[in-house]
Amino acid sequence: MGILDKHKVIETNATLLMILSLLVVAIGGIVQIVPLFYLENTIEKVEGVRPYTPLELAGRSIYVREGCYNCHSQMIRPMRDEVERYGHYSLAAESMYDRPFQWGSKRTGPDLARVGGRYSDEWHQDHFTNAKSVVPESVMPPYGFLANTVIDGKYIQDVVATNRMAGVPYSDEMVASALEDFKAQVDPNGDSSGLEARYGDEAFGTPVNVRNFDGQPELTEMDALIAYIQVLGTMVDFSTYTPVANR
Amino acid sequence: MWDYLKLAGLGIVAVCAAIAANYAHDLAYQINAITVMLAAGIAFLWVVRTAGDPKPNLQHEYFDSVVRAGAIATAFWGAVGFLVGVIIALQLAFPQLNFEFLQGYGNFGRLRPLHTSAVIFAFGGNALIMSSFYIVQRTSAARLFGGSLGWFVFWGWQLVIVLAASGYVLGATQGKEYAEPVWYVDILLTAVWVGFLIAFMGTLFKRKEPHIYVANWFLLSMILTVAMLHLVNNAAIPVSIFGSAQVQLYAGVQDAMVQWWYGHNAVGFFLTAGFLGMMYYFVPKQAERPVFSYKLSIIHFWALIFLYIWAGPHHLHYTALPDWASTLGMVFSVILWMPSWGGMINGLMTLSGAWDKLRTDPIIRMMVVSIGFYGMSTFEGPMMSIKAVNSLSHYTDWTIGHVHSGALGWNGMITFGVLYYLVPRLWNREGLYSLKLVSWHFWLATIGIVLYASSMWVTGIMEGLMWREVDANGFLVNAFADTVAAKFPMYVVRATGGLLFLTGALIMCWNLWMTVRAQPVKATQNSAVPAE
Repeated sequence: MGILDKHKVIETNATLLMILSLLVVAIGGIVQIVPLFYLENTIEKVEGVRPYTPLELAGRSIYVREGCYNCHSQMIRPMRDEVERYGHYSLAAESMYDRPFQWGSKRTGPDLARVGGRYSDEWHQDHFTNAKSVVPESVMPPYGFLANTVIDGKYIQDVVATNRMAGVPYSDEMVASALEDFKAQVDPNGDSSGLEARYGDEAFGTPVNVRNFDGQPELTEMDALIAYIQVLGTMVDFSTYTPVANR
Repeated sequence: MWDYLKLAGLGIVAVCAAIAANYAHDLAYQINAITVMLAAGIAFLWVVRTAGDPKPNLQHEYFDSVVRAGAIATAFWGAVGFLVGVIIALQLAFPQLNFEFLQGYGNFGRLRPLHTSAVIFAFGGNALIMSSFYIVQRTSAARLFGGSLGWFVFWGWQLVIVLAASGYVLGATQGKEYAEPVWYVDILLTAVWVGFLIAFMGTLFKRKEPHIYVANWFLLSMILTVAMLHLVNNAAIPVSIFGSAQVQLYAGVQDAMVQWWYGHNAVGFFLTAGFLGMMYYFVPKQAERPVFSYKLSIIHFWALIFLYIWAGPHHLHYTALPDWASTLGMVFSVILWMPSWGGMINGLMTLSGAWDKLRTDPIIRMMVVSIGFYGMSTFEGPMMSIKAVNSLSHYTDWTIGHVHSGALGWNGMITFGVLYYLVPRLWNREGLYSLKLVSWHFWLATIGIVLYASSMWVTGIMEGLMWREVDANGFLVNAFADTVAAKFPMYVVRATGGLLFLTGALIMCWNLWMTVRAQPVKATQNSAVPAE
């Protein structure tokens, strides 16, 4: 094979070998990744999906920190059993503000993409503290310490601002009142009208969950995590969704 | 002059780290900053103590001290990684091992990234760096480029491992599988990796052989591709320079695509191309036979590196990723089967005429079995990437089993073979302490892998079928919790398999230790042989 003899040119020139290898390995990624940023049908046009509230964002970072994604997916596939078990299959739009995405790759535990609103806050408190108390077969580790960890939202404004810098459409007002909103969401007796106006029914079509998520007077990590869990999959308004066959 | 610059640099790093520790927003960041401060302080003292020492001209010798350190680190991190693996396998079978009193620090979710990073990046990474340094010097007939750059790469890599591992346990993670280290660890990793590339390319540039040996093609493409993957996948904005929190530059579906482009090619290049580089040097050496086919190596090299990079989206079948992307991923994954087996054929057929060594040489046996597992898992992978198969296998333990037959079988076994080959040579000893112990290691590891892979096939396929089972009226038969309960016996079998594998690795550590300690020094001084 004559053409293979010409390989001598490459394998006697380190620079050429380096440049050609780099070119060859760059192609696949360019073809698969770049179009996702500009093809308009990559993310479905649906209504209802909003950026996370500051408290949900804090809960999400606890979800990531504890490595929940190692055992729980957040991606329902369009198969009969999954739709029966978990609900409508997941849309790309539902995770468009997820940085990082948490689709997961393994279901040691069930999918959580639509777990929001399925169980009560009390169920989650029990489940996080001792999963076997509500699901005897469960192998989930204990997370009771979250209820003992008080958080003050000291850096929450920075987190919201950084999310906006990365491209999440938080308004100036949302950034400015991040700490206020953070605290308002766990205080059902306080004034949550600002939070509601920015993230709630008027702005995005669904009210924000405002309640004492962990049932304790202090604002703890348990509050934040349950607030996040309870909003999962509840945002999108499926009446505005039309499946596209060629997507 | 150079020493003063180094001292100034290390001093600045130590002071900055101390300031960072003081202003830290979170515990993980603080502990990491203190670790960096200590590391810079120790390096500072080392430079002060050795400054002005006469520097002998070593240009005629190979730079093997860093390879020796790499061999020790590989064995050490291997044992650590396997141990954490056994622990988390047991946690899945016996969840009470997620101890309440550890306040989450010992929970599965934090230890699992520790296990994956320890085996892939600490054990596999050290094996790759060590082998690259050894191979590129031997095949270029030149000392490693860059003076003590090799030491920077070695110690920098260990620092990355320690920062990442302690970070995970303390809660610093960016939450992307196999890319968990946070932004500042990513930056340090980039610096170390650039040092690795410079040392490797520099050695190639000053080689005395006109041809670049095939092992180096694979190693070079591994270094370049991993650099590209790392930089793109870890693009993030830190919330503060004094904290580990960060926000990913991509979101949702794009982040998923970038992540699995990275994730699959961490397997494809780190664990496949790089380890093929090891195979192409050490298997012919141990078998004392030339590589089977030069032409096959050309074809399969270019085909492998071109095709592998496309395979990422098969991790995202039937998800919200657009269909065109996941179909591309599937098609290329299936085609990839061929170049993958090109490597297997080239490796196995290298033993032509030396097959009798399988009976007498347990090291060759280890290498051959590793190539066998490579062939098996590179068949299993393309099969699982077919959408119809994937619809069953995805999200199940089957994937875990597949990864482990590759990682334990291919990466683990070839690395053990390389360590057994290298240690007597690097320490200039008369052969290994005990070949019988190598046989023990071989059988313990092989049986361990078989138990691991088969138990995961059983649970994976079982839970996949249980999830989708519907009764005559169209209702789901099993609750999710039923599938969890059904997996228990197989989880015990899996942990047993892991324990056997770990035991084998500990026997190896003992054997290598005794080789260095108790074996007589070889008559011909290997280290004095000039690199002609």
